[in-house]
Amino acid sequence: MTKKITIEPVTRVEGHGKVTIHMDHQGNIQQTRLHIVEFRGFERFVQGRPYWEAPVLVQRLCGICPVSHHLAAAKALDVIVGAGTGEGLTPTGEKMRRLMHYGQFFQSHALHFFHLSAPDFLFGFDGDPAIRNIIGIALTKPELAVQGVMMRKFGQEIIRATAGKKIHGTGAIPGGINKNLSIEERDEFLKGADPLNADKMVSWAQEALDFFKYFYSSNKEMIDGFAHFPSNHLSLVRKDGALDLYHGVLRAVDTDGKKILHDIDYQEYTNYIEEEVRSWSYMKFPYLKSIGKENGWYRVGPLARLNTAEFIPTPLAQKEFEIYKALTNGKPNNYCLHMHYARLIETLHAAEVIRDLLNDPDLLGNDLVVKGTKQKEGVGLIEAPRGTLFHHYRINDNDQIEMANLIVSTTNNNEPMNRSVNYVAKAIMTGKEIITEGMMNSVEVAIRAYDPCLSCATHALGKMPLEISLYDEDNNLIDRKRS
Amino acid sequence: MTRHQRILIYGYGNPGRQDDGLGAAFIAKMEDWLRQNPVPGINLDCNYQLNIEDAEHIAHKDLVVFVDASQEDIEDYTFTAINPNDARVEFTMHAVSPAFVVDLCRKMFHRAPDAYLLHIKGYEWDFAEQLSDAATRNLEAAFDFLTEIIRNKKSFDNAIITKQDVTH
Repeated sequence: MTKKITIEPVTRVEGHGKVTIHMDHQGNIQQTRLHIVEFRGFERFVQGRPYWEAPVLVQRLCGICPVSHHLAAAKALDVIVGAGTGEGLTPTGEKMRRLMHYGQFFQSHALHFFHLSAPDFLFGFDGDPAIRNIIGIALTKPELAVQGVMMRKFGQEIIRATAGKKIHGTGAIPGGINKNLSIEERDEFLKGADPLNADKMVSWAQEALDFFKYFYSSNKEMIDGFAHFPSNHLSLVRKDGALDLYHGVLRAVDTDGKKILHDIDYQEYTNYIEEEVRSWSYMKFPYLKSIGKENGWYRVGPLARLNTAEFIPTPLAQKEFEIYKALTNGKPNNYCLHMHYARLIETLHAAEVIRDLLNDPDLLGNDLVVKGTKQKEGVGLIEAPRGTLFHHYRINDNDQIEMANLIVSTTNNNEPMNRSVNYVAKAIMTGKEIITEGMMNSVEVAIRAYDPCLSCATHALGKMPLEISLYDEDNNLIDRKRS
Repeated sequence: MTRHQRILIYGYGNPGRQDDGLGAAFIAKMEDWLRQNPVPGINLDCNYQLNIEDAEHIAHKDLVVFVDASQEDIEDYTFTAINPNDARVEFTMHAVSPAFVVDLCRKMFHRAPDAYLLHIKGYEWDFAEQLSDAATRNLEAAFDFLTEIIRNKKSFDNAIITKQDVTH
């Protein structure tokens, strides 16, 4: 009997994901698919709106990474107002944006580690789901839970100070920024009472990384053996090859580290990247044109970024980067669960960058905006916490947006997430008749490693349980489990 | 209400998604009202979503009223006590429930404020900033309800309006 297992999170408004797993009569995994319903109406929604509204409008897309959309849109509009591509802003404009962005990175990565991934490691993939979260950490390792909560809070306060407010921040505007940092704000972040100061955040980021490394040293086989498969990797890098999360050129490497996208100007991304539509998924599948649909897919996010970058321009993170790279003899790292390792190195880097920026007097400057000759079209790229984010706009003679194209990070990771699910399903479900909670969570672990944003755009109080439905070969439901 | 010296009224939701902005709209309305009717000890805040750092935020309060849009089968609004034991985790979600926040607060800081949820019925969830007419009516009713409690220093516990199938 052929079985179809559906793992389906039920969502509130739009945007949901489910996993279907098809088994043949011998219990072999025949096909796996991760379906994510992505709301595409937004690109049409912004059409006709004045272009300068875009950095605020796009924050409606997502309640968890509005800063990434805010900044990607602002970068695209920098081009349109003639302020150049990421490098034409005033020092205050660029550094305020960077502070906002690295604050976003810091809090987002902290949330993922302490709330979403560390519990899997502490309590096991098949641990009690009631405590396999930060509440379980609070019960067993309270100091770790406090660190997670306060690191989130610090990052959120950085965002509030740079974006102006928590919801629909207005900090980044076409050509620059609308506020500088006050001396009081700077001093609070630098010298605030423990733990809410930059030095403490750097030391806590280091401790979180040490925690993971300690766990890894005792569980190397499990971590390395989980969903390990070769892929291409894509991200922004600084022109000299350094890790840069805010701006740079677009680089891709293959599984051996050979460059397959040669540090291109992202204004020309349409010459190099295309999106494939598949009938069974609302979410597109991007790929590198030069390699083709079959093999041109790539990963984005922390793992990809540490594979494309040649070094990290802050000392503590660079030291950790060297240890990390030695694990794969300098070659690209294709271990799915090393995504967490890479994420924690980036967290440390973000903390160091925040501290360095706070000591930079340019943040207090008053020269905030530049303008030049208006252009009709602009592309803004940024490394969002979960991967490369593309915003592309074209305007008409009335300054209205007439075309918008967004490729969000989770879309870029569509194919690798599908492959990870397939790998895990084959490893743990082949020949099994009963789907245990541990198996279900293992599939989640594979997806969660990419930190996808499935349903963040709205959140009226509701539920997102995980549901597994088991169908026979005639699509008759024979079992259903819900977490 | 007198035993509660530090009160937080905390709206959440995405105001860019029509009625999902009920929480933020409530807080904006409350700001205006408190300007006219100052009440010592009441703080207001709003955000897109609740998250783990809110556990630390509420740890310094005696009482918290969360205000959120509802898709549940309710008439206009409900006012319920939050039971931390109802906390649950959602798959790959980057947000947590009020019960989760209160439970995390209790476990991390060994205390938690009395907590309530003012749940206001919404209807439309598209990309737009205005509330639907029906949601606006529900907002007014919920607002009158809460300000009546505050104005007359009534007991929050006695004000609970619940519905059997409402869950946190």
